[in-house]
Amino acid sequence: MNGREGRVAEAFPAAPGAALAVVTAAAADRSAPGATALEAARLALLRDLQLAFRKRGQLVQPLAFFAMVTLLFPLAISPELSRLRELAPAVLWIGALLGSLLALEFLFRDDAYDGTLEQYALSGQSLTALMFAKTFAHWLLTGLPLALMAPLAALSLGVATTALPGILLCVAVGTVALSLIGSIGAALTLGIKRSGALLSLLTLPLSLPVLIFGARATQLAVHGASLLAPLELLGALAVLGITLAPLAAAAAVRISLE
Amino acid sequence: MNWSWFHRLASPPHVYALAARLTPWFAWPAALCILAGLWGGLVLAPPDYQQGDGFRILYVHAPSAWMSLMVYVTMAVSAAVGLIWRIKVAHAVAASCAPIGASFTFAALVTGALWGQPMWGTYWEWDPRLTSELVLLFLYLGYMGLRAGIEDTQRADRASAVLAVVGVVNVPIIHYSVTWWNSLHQAPSVMRLAKPAMPLPMLVPLLLMLLGFTLFFVALLLVRLRGEVLARERAASWIREVVSA
Amino acid sequence: MPDQMLEVENLHLWRGERHVLRGARFKLARGGCLEVCGANGSGKTTLLRTLCGLIYPEEGRVLWNGENVRRDLPAFHAALAYVGHEPPLKSDLTPRENLHYWIGVRRPVGAAELSAALTRVGAQSWGERLVRTLSAGQRRRVALAALALLPVPLWLLDEPTTNLDSEGRELVGDLIRGQLERGGMVVEAVHQGLPESVRNVTRLDLAA
Repeated sequence: MNGREGRVAEAFPAAPGAALAVVTAAAADRSAPGATALEAARLALLRDLQLAFRKRGQLVQPLAFFAMVTLLFPLAISPELSRLRELAPAVLWIGALLGSLLALEFLFRDDAYDGTLEQYALSGQSLTALMFAKTFAHWLLTGLPLALMAPLAALSLGVATTALPGILLCVAVGTVALSLIGSIGAALTLGIKRSGALLSLLTLPLSLPVLIFGARATQLAVHGASLLAPLELLGALAVLGITLAPLAAAAAVRISLE
Repeated sequence: MNWSWFHRLASPPHVYALAARLTPWFAWPAALCILAGLWGGLVLAPPDYQQGDGFRILYVHAPSAWMSLMVYVTMAVSAAVGLIWRIKVAHAVAASCAPIGASFTFAALVTGALWGQPMWGTYWEWDPRLTSELVLLFLYLGYMGLRAGIEDTQRADRASAVLAVVGVVNVPIIHYSVTWWNSLHQAPSVMRLAKPAMPLPMLVPLLLMLLGFTLFFVALLLVRLRGEVLARERAASWIREVVSA
Repeated sequence: MPDQMLEVENLHLWRGERHVLRGARFKLARGGCLEVCGANGSGKTTLLRTLCGLIYPEEGRVLWNGENVRRDLPAFHAALAYVGHEPPLKSDLTPRENLHYWIGVRRPVGAAELSAALTRVGAQSWGERLVRTLSAGQRRRVALAALALLPVPLWLLDEPTTNLDSEGRELVGDLIRGQLERGGMVVEAVHQGLPESVRNVTRLDLAA
């Protein structure tokens, strides 16, 4: 199997199982004497994490933003917890969405600027796997912290403690999908100056299903009901994203290098 | 298999000439169908027992909504063709489709709002169909925004092609999630006429309008395509021959 | 090594309305070095990137061992190393860390190998400083260290001696000679020809 991942016509795997088979086949394909796709992806992930930790101050920014957004709503509406509790799903998800968007601009920007992305494209490794690694690093640095903060924000909005685990879970799953969807827009807008607004315009419509299912799941959690149904839908979106988004992002990166 | 006919078909000067010849074959039938449809819908068809004369805006709303989706699919397919087989004309087709599709979407939204006022008493209801149309409008705007943001035409073509394909895969997902969201809140949905038997005098003009809009789209696409091809090929030698002829 | 050859047939490329590559053609065999000469803006970088397979030419083909490179780009990429105008280094990492990732993505590389490469380019004293503190010449040397760690059949170098002093330029000549002796090939873009005498050099002039 030749690595023509840039071709959109290349098989969109029919199911997550098939996707896993594709990735491992691609990994096995590149075994000796070079590194495997898995090893290359691991290094790409580690590099991004190491770079982020070198600039430790910046790690807090998505969290600070999320906290600020959460603060805006009570100030704009009312301090009554009973009212805020009803709005909590919206507040949490809009905060998560915007926080994720904010960090997306920088997902590929530095690498594109200094030639790292070019070297990834020329490494002989699966660019799709490398894009997945970078997106996963983005989630670890943005989505996961947001998910860990969401219960705190929910508490401040009057949500009962029994709902918190459910909220953490659905924000965690949802932000995975958001990072993946966002990676496509981030890759497409490489090289466009001041692309923040355009990136939002591209990403938000595609993120609407995540918002809808995630907010619903959070709402059910707040009311103490089972959030299994929307959570499963969220999970399906995340899996679909894992399967397709890195392919599209790799295609977009190749196009930006032309 | 001899593919030379395909390559000839995809060559810009050929497309330019062909589009000019084909346009009247779509434009005139389009005008006829639309006029006939409007006559049938606005004048001949009886008023709806429930909505009175207000339903007649359906004759513009439904074809617009239908076309907005059809044009997006056409745009995505031709963009994909251009992306995979590197055919420049396919990208020109996609670029020409976008503003037309966005206009249809806007028309669907406006007519939907105008319909809503007499029917629901409000210009906007978060009805799943209208909400999906609104999202589709943003998808179009995003596509056109991306094209406008990238200066190099070839790169703009290819990047927006990826976006179009990603978008077309997402449209069913978005529509499903919006419908799901709407069903949770039991909003009144009265927009469409009931499925069982739309009486023939109502249905026929609707089908005529649908056909007319489709033909109109093709005619408009051909006209825009010629302009698009001219702009892209302005440095080529065959342009000078055409212009001086 | 099987009979390796890089062949380019009649490459044409337009950038917007500019006809950048006008029928470039050449053949490069094992041990051969090609110098692509031309003023700024004559298309040297574009040619190199087209050879890499990053850019798709409107006409013409790039052949590696007789086969169109587009048939199996990853295999072609595994056989080449490209160092562009700016060394692709992260300013928040040290040269050693940069090399660890740069090479490691392609093949496993150990600490001893990295040390040896850094020593070869004279980076013993500054190999553990952050790249942001280094001069342009030092960054260029780190890129040369990467080349030393990638003994692949084809090297594509875009103005490799930029920012280097005479010692640095000798280092470049050394590396290239080593590559050619191994039976590898080098394509480099230069303003004017290399002053050193490297054997087996062909010139390709790109008119501006």
